Amino acid sequence: MTVLSIIYVVLFYVAIIVLFGGIANKIMLYKRVPAPLKIPVTPAPLTTGGVVYRLFYEVVFFNSLFRGNKWTWIFGWIFHLSLLLAFFRHLRYLISPDVFFWPLINNMVVQSFGHYAGFTMLIGLAGLFARRILVDRVRYISSASDYLMLLLIMGIAGSGLMIVYASHTDIIQLKAFIMGLFLFDPQNLPADPILLAHITMVLFLAVIFPVSKLLHAPGLFFAPTRNQIDNPREKRHLSEWGAAIEAEDGRNN
Amino acid sequence: MADYDIPETHEFPIIPSIMEGSMAHSSPFVAGKEFQDDMGFPSAEETGELIEGWKEKFLELLQDKLGKYRSLQVFMDTCVKCGACTDKCHYFIGTADPKNMPVARQDLLRKVYRRYFTFAGKYFPKLVGAVDLTEDVVKEMYSYYHQCSECRRCAVFCPFGIDTAEVTMAARDILAMIGMGQKYSNQIIPKVFKIGNNLGLPEPALADTLEGLEEEIEDDIGVKVRFPLDEKGADILLVTPSADFFAEPHVDGLMGYAKVFHAAGVSWTLSSKASEAANFGLFIGNYESMRQISLRIRDEAKRLGVKRIIFGECGHAWRVAYNHLNTLAGPWDFLDQNYPIPQHILEFTKDCLDRGILNIDKSENDWMTLTFHDSCNIARASRIGEDPGSQFTTPRQVIQAVCNNYYDMAPETIHDQTFCCGGGGGLLTDDLMELRIKGAQPRMEALKNSIAEKGVTHMAAICAICKSQFTKVLPYYGMTMDQIVSVHQLVSNAIILDGQGEEAEESDDAEETA
Repeated sequence: MTVLSIIYVVLFYVAIIVLFGGIANKIMLYKRVPAPLKIPVTPAPLTTGGVVYRLFYEVVFFNSLFRGNKWTWIFGWIFHLSLLLAFFRHLRYLISPDVFFWPLINNMVVQSFGHYAGFTMLIGLAGLFARRILVDRVRYISSASDYLMLLLIMGIAGSGLMIVYASHTDIIQLKAFIMGLFLFDPQNLPADPILLAHITMVLFLAVIFPVSKLLHAPGLFFAPTRNQIDNPREKRHLSEWGAAIEAEDGRNN
Repeated sequence: MADYDIPETHEFPIIPSIMEGSMAHSSPFVAGKEFQDDMGFPSAEETGELIEGWKEKFLELLQDKLGKYRSLQVFMDTCVKCGACTDKCHYFIGTADPKNMPVARQDLLRKVYRRYFTFAGKYFPKLVGAVDLTEDVVKEMYSYYHQCSECRRCAVFCPFGIDTAEVTMAARDILAMIGMGQKYSNQIIPKVFKIGNNLGLPEPALADTLEGLEEEIEDDIGVKVRFPLDEKGADILLVTPSADFFAEPHVDGLMGYAKVFHAAGVSWTLSSKASEAANFGLFIGNYESMRQISLRIRDEAKRLGVKRIIFGECGHAWRVAYNHLNTLAGPWDFLDQNYPIPQHILEFTKDCLDRGILNIDKSENDWMTLTFHDSCNIARASRIGEDPGSQFTTPRQVIQAVCNNYYDMAPETIHDQTFCCGGGGGLLTDDLMELRIKGAQPRMEALKNSIAEKGVTHMAAICAICKSQFTKVLPYYGMTMDQIVSVHQLVSNAIILDGQGEEAEESDDAEETA
């Protein structure tokens, strides 16, 4: 084991714990905090199925953003779709060929789409970055972290493309390293600078996820404006603390 | 009319370039000690000053709210600054002040949240735009959280459903608790408790007003239409905004409800103690005030022994009634479960029209060409009917059932994309006149274009605040105050009551022979 590999093994474990622990912590917080009042933005669905459909539409097509701003929508949607495709492509470094869905991952379509996704991701990010600079309103609301976040993900996409097209790495050894992490059997990590840059940036992104605006991903599902059923007249909605107030003065009896 | 810089209107909407600080001077009067006392809110010795230990109190209250309102907690975290909301607020469009962009308005609180409640803001404040809580920050919040009408148009377009109204409400409530309550709202709410309505109209005056309305209708059409007050045993309790009792065009709407009830042959009553549908507890973001105001209606429904509750034309009142009455003042197990609880007057009238029990002469409204202003709280926070979107169709169906000439305004300014009138959310006060005029720009623009293109002469509304606001701002945009009408005013014009015909014929005959 090289010193470098040991360092990265530690970094990986730390990042994974921070990422999943942090997100789980936030999700638990969002679940714990009550929504005392019915506030769905209407027209809103009348059934649970309707709410699932509404959220599905938001998550998959960014429906509200589409209505709000076409430029942000197209760049944002391209970026997120590319992210999904890149994720599928990377699965082959994370799973064993014995797993039943291996053929679903390790095929021409997923792998080549995953390649192109690197480019489209950069296009999407560049568009979002340009909007931040060029539109006076968006420039006004942007802080340093908003620009840096885009640059960080551009760096990840760029370094990923370089590994594919410019500076190949020992992909077999990389997979051995990753699988070693799962099996708690540390292996060496190829010491290519571009690969290390790629991985470092990804780990950094994972660490800042639970303490940054990246929380929009889980948060989307918890917005009462979107996830509540429009049935306040039919079904009484009462929070625990609302009920406590009632119990105190008995005026609702 | 006082001299204000009136925003231009255009054939097509134009998003202004930002003008920093252009509305930094706008701030409503701060509630003095007497009004804060009435609400049970603390106050400093000098009005407009903060109470001792305000900073700790602010953060304590913010933490409390974050633990009580999922909306606030989630919305503080999820904004990615995508900018989709930046051109959606009527106050931004009308003033060009960037702090009137919804995200920037939220950020006034978010940057404090980040500084004191998040890892990034505690250790890297500059990086994420977190700031210390200072007196200047608080004063800025007071100014800009009173340049939001809680209309939720931004929330329609936010990819994460972030609703600035929730942030505004939380901020206003916190501000009120450190001595910065808003005079207008804090002056009004205690009147509801003491007297029964926002106006402070006591029972004898109300009875007198209603008697006057009965006489007016009888003089007009020769039919005695009753306006019962505090009548025990009536089937329906009508709860309507108190502006309906005296303001134009509101009162014409009230006469419309009475005629519909008369024609439908139902027994109904108003209550002097619940003679107010409005609930300013919503505006100031105070759950307990909102609940207390709602409970008056429960008490009165029980005292009078009614079976149903119907709300008159009022936007935010319907939001509270539709969404929160059950939560705050329920359960309503003592009312007739065969009807929606509560029911909107338009649901009642629409049902009567559908059943064909109203005698309508549409030509009575032929001298007008109508359009309809979707009130924000009704459009984006309620239903008027059984299906999602019935809050848009029901009023239009009623208008078109009583009028021949009707056109919608531009599609991006109606339904859930409707623009606030500019005076909602507790801002309908003279000390915010400049803001109200400027905030009305998008609606005025759409109305003017429909006048030019379709020959529209009048705009109908179903909200007391919208009606009052338009009455005031229409003249600033070169229109006249009587171009705003109540939907039930149109119903009132067109409805023909039993016995009305005879009288009318008689007078027609008299004219002919004369």
